[in-house]
Amino acid sequence: MAKKLMKGAEAIGEAAIRAGCRHYFGYPITPQSEIAEYLSRRMPEVGGVFLQAESEVAASNMLFGAAATGTRVMTSSSSPGISLMAEAFSYMVGAEVPAVVVNAMRGGPGLGGILPSQSDYFQATKANGHGDVHFIVLAPASLQESVEHVMMAFPLAEKYRNPVMIVADGLVVQMMESVDFDIVETTDPPDVEDWAATGTKGRRERNLVKSLFLDPLGLEEHNRKLRRKYDEMEENEVRYEEVLIEDDTKLVAVAYGTTSRVVRSVVEELRGEGYPVGLFRPITLYPFAYDRLREISKRDSVKGFMSIEMSTGQMIYDVRLAVQDLKPVGFFGRQGGIIPTPDDVRKAMLQELEKLGG
Amino acid sequence: MSDRFHNEVVFAGFGGQGLLTAGKLLAQAGMAEGLQVAWVPSYGPEMRGGTASCTVVLDSVIVGSPIVPSPMNAVVMNLPSMKKFAPEIKPGGVLVINSSLIEERSDRTDILQVPINCNDIAIEVMGNSRSANMAALGAIVGATDMISYESIETALRNLFAKKPKLVEPNVEILKRGYEIGRAAREKAAQEG
Amino acid sequence: MVTIFTRPDSMFDTPTHYCPGCTHGVAHRLVAEVIDELGIKDKTVGVAPVGCAVLIYNYMNTDFVEGSHGRAPASATGIKRSRPDLVVYTYQGDGDLASIGAAEIVHAANRGEKITVVFINNAIYGMTGGQMAPTTLPGQKTTTSPKGRDVNHIGYPIRMAELLATLKTPGYIVRSSLHDPYHIAMAKKAIKQAFIYQLEGKAFSMVELLSTCPTNWGMTPYQATQWLKENMLQYYPLGVFKTPEDE
Repeated sequence: MAKKLMKGAEAIGEAAIRAGCRHYFGYPITPQSEIAEYLSRRMPEVGGVFLQAESEVAASNMLFGAAATGTRVMTSSSSPGISLMAEAFSYMVGAEVPAVVVNAMRGGPGLGGILPSQSDYFQATKANGHGDVHFIVLAPASLQESVEHVMMAFPLAEKYRNPVMIVADGLVVQMMESVDFDIVETTDPPDVEDWAATGTKGRRERNLVKSLFLDPLGLEEHNRKLRRKYDEMEENEVRYEEVLIEDDTKLVAVAYGTTSRVVRSVVEELRGEGYPVGLFRPITLYPFAYDRLREISKRDSVKGFMSIEMSTGQMIYDVRLAVQDLKPVGFFGRQGGIIPTPDDVRKAMLQELEKLGG
Repeated sequence: MSDRFHNEVVFAGFGGQGLLTAGKLLAQAGMAEGLQVAWVPSYGPEMRGGTASCTVVLDSVIVGSPIVPSPMNAVVMNLPSMKKFAPEIKPGGVLVINSSLIEERSDRTDILQVPINCNDIAIEVMGNSRSANMAALGAIVGATDMISYESIETALRNLFAKKPKLVEPNVEILKRGYEIGRAAREKAAQEG
Repeated sequence: MVTIFTRPDSMFDTPTHYCPGCTHGVAHRLVAEVIDELGIKDKTVGVAPVGCAVLIYNYMNTDFVEGSHGRAPASATGIKRSRPDLVVYTYQGDGDLASIGAAEIVHAANRGEKITVVFINNAIYGMTGGQMAPTTLPGQKTTTSPKGRDVNHIGYPIRMAELLATLKTPGYIVRSSLHDPYHIAMAKKAIKQAFIYQLEGKAFSMVELLSTCPTNWGMTPYQATQWLKENMLQYYPLGVFKTPEDE
């Protein structure tokens, strides 16, 4: 199929279909309701199931139920709804079931606003639920990348038997760009008979999908098993992109998602004018590219970093962890649903460059 | 990077003037020419004040910022949009003004202003002003030459594929807009 | 030798963790007998609640999913909608179903999910140590209603069977009791019918079972069955509140 101009919400929905997902449970919330709307039309066409739940709490527990049978399943929501889903997310990590979750982040806290934001970074990367919980978190910057992330999220979730979250923002789901579904390989779902609740069919011992371990030693062992999976994710799944980080780069901006696109434009512009700046774009927010950023920070030419976010400063903690404060880490952010303009970012980066001695 | 093509158009006016559709057609035509494209509906504080707008960004390599506070070009279909975007266009850009509804002109001399009576053209061809957006779309393509006329006409024909009766009149409106835009561009080029 | 009574095939041969006199064991057994009799053990998936019965999967030899508190009907929905060939049932207590999971049970019933719900109503929170439940009777003393349930403060106990029976969507809604052998036999009949409706793809079904909690009621098992008979039956009438054949 040729490239197609699509709205983000629809591209994400279609990508799920292309990835072989036939079950979606969700609840309306701005700005991502179009994902549900699209799938309510599309799922019946492919013999799938779309179900609008009575709440995000119920939707995520439906997700859990379907995932417990080894079915490819997805939900989507936006910040306040994701908070409600956190209950089931934790159970799903504990019970080791795969699923895909899309969060079109909007401004918070509380009801906040309905416009694009990146202020769920902490929640997504560190606290998708209670307990020792991690999701692989993918942060697409374009619609093509959103499609790729949705399509690779299912096999990733299945590989680790752990949910995968795609953090988009309100802009990604609302804008239109060209997308090509054919460049992403689709995979068949793996055999799940050794763990999933599919009925014994008289062929095997029964399977138990659960997260309760009343024996402390048993729970500790379970936690360590999960930790080993996180270690594997950290070993194998770190993704990032470097833009114009060259031998002479002095200031490295770190940005993801929509913000990274604005920063990319500014970095290209400043480079053209001879300023030694570059962009580091984390593609997985968890696992975070600590090692690569640390390597970059060890270069003599690199004098500092700058985290640029639609929050009051969340990813900056990871950037500082990565560079271990051996180099200063500045910050620029907009909040409230406001996407930083190229002018905003340009000014902030030039100021930071000045601080670092030109 | 000198060969890199990059362009931006803001389409702004009242809700219902078909600006989101006009922008979508431009994005589709750009995509057909092999460009990277982004179509972004107005967001944030821009949404207030009765103007609906969208921004289309075309780039031969990659669309960086989809947020363009100072666009290279703008199509304004009503006065509030004119007041908002005329001062923001980058020098050397094009401002397509729907002169059916806007009497004023910008006092800027560093941009090319293309007044075009979009509503009148649409009424002449179709008996109503619903397709005024097509005249404006033709004009911005003609005045900027950012994509070929053929590409935009194809995009329009595809849009109306299921409503064949609407194809030819809309193409005529688009074409008349395009000619007005092109004439303005050529005249400006002659005048240097 | 002719075997006339044995452990159901759908149960493991293991002692339960339930207190002496608790009716969970009886309810488990009824479900297991029904699963055996219908020959559906190989395609049954149970959804465990949060509460005393969370460990039901230690006793029932079928696939099981352990839900979060009150959400078993939602998880069961996810299971049944993704694998309609499975027989899916939830087993929930009154805190789980009537309090924290009130929304999930109402909406699962209202969607007509083809699942079966076994609802244990013992008028108290068991696992957390005898706190007031939405089903605690007026005046009943619990650790969080030390002077007895004050209906002016907290309202009246919820009659879940009656509440669900008001829904327009077809369903099979029954209340039975486990306080004596006759009613236990009746309860089994209802549970079996509930599973049959699911197998026929006909309707959502819920069987509410009036149950005892001698430990948290502070009674002997015998006193507890008497108390159930004398107090709960008055407030929670037994019967079939709705069948899929109803208009």
